[in-house]
Amino acid sequence: MSGAAAALSTARRRLVVDSLGIWVIAIIVGGIFGFTARQGGLSLVEAIAFSSILFAGAAQYAAVGLLVVNTPWPSIVLLVWLLNARHLLYSASVAPFTAKFSFKLRAGLAFLLTDEAFALTTAHIARLGRIDVRGAWYAGFTIFIPWNLATIAGWLAGAALPDPATIGLDVVFASAMAGLAVGLVKDRAALVALLVGCASAVAAALIIDPSAAIMIGGLLGPLAGLALFRSRA
Amino acid sequence: MNNDLFSTDLVPLAILGGIGTYAARALPMLVPGIDRLPPAVLEYLRLIGPAVLGAIAAASVFVKGGAFTVGPEVVAVLAGAAVGRWRGNLLIGMVVSVITVLALRATMGS
Repeated sequence: MSGAAAALSTARRRLVVDSLGIWVIAIIVGGIFGFTARQGGLSLVEAIAFSSILFAGAAQYAAVGLLVVNTPWPSIVLLVWLLNARHLLYSASVAPFTAKFSFKLRAGLAFLLTDEAFALTTAHIARLGRIDVRGAWYAGFTIFIPWNLATIAGWLAGAALPDPATIGLDVVFASAMAGLAVGLVKDRAALVALLVGCASAVAAALIIDPSAAIMIGGLLGPLAGLALFRSRA
Repeated sequence: MNNDLFSTDLVPLAILGGIGTYAARALPMLVPGIDRLPPAVLEYLRLIGPAVLGAIAAASVFVKGGAFTVGPEVVAVLAGAAVGRWRGNLLIGMVVSVITVLALRATMGS
């Protein structure tokens, strides 16, 4: 086996190992979404539509919460779009690596670019120094398939599902995001971006609104890291 | 609780939400010439990952009900991230977080 093939094989094994945690998250959080959707008045078909078409965890939860309090549809749609505007940043981050791909391939990969798929894909790119198409598809479907199956299971399970906090599963999502974030810290600029991103997100959640936290943290963190990068350049 | 399996009244809402979500995910990848960006822009894009993922984690554990909080969840998430980084294994870090938060809640009686 050549050096490049061995490196690819090693990186793919690491991708699969990392994705095991994501599977757990997708099953747990997706299951809870299915349950929450049923509690919020969504039919099984509607819950599946949210998970397969909208396919964005935080926005799905927010939308159900707004439906429960009879929020008008235009307001819900606007909030969903704002919540998911951070995906512009993900897509822009991956775009330089996919520029040579066909339009259809890029369009397909973009549909699956969730928080977790972005984290897995960027970590995979960092290991290889390039994008691996099979790895990118794997990262996307690693979320999509268990998320949708768990949504169905959660809806059907109904009230039988325990409160996640009673068994400590309420920290799993934050733990996964934090673990993936520190895994991407390879230098001081990335560390500064992480720390400033965290601090500004918390400040934004307290001062402005929790829905603005991720966008603000995601914009200010890299700016701080970039300032360090430029001062050293 | 809704026991109706097949109602489709809210499917258009999922589609409307999905349109904006897909546009955010797809537009930068479908714009030609994105790979010819200046080095500073590429550096900025590289730093988005740790910043956004950290922001999601921090906002979810440090802010509860609109107030700043340092509870067992913060300790659990930091411990999990540290162990996950040390062992190079995300799943181990998540298990550490769950065990830590259960232990702390049992100790603190919350």
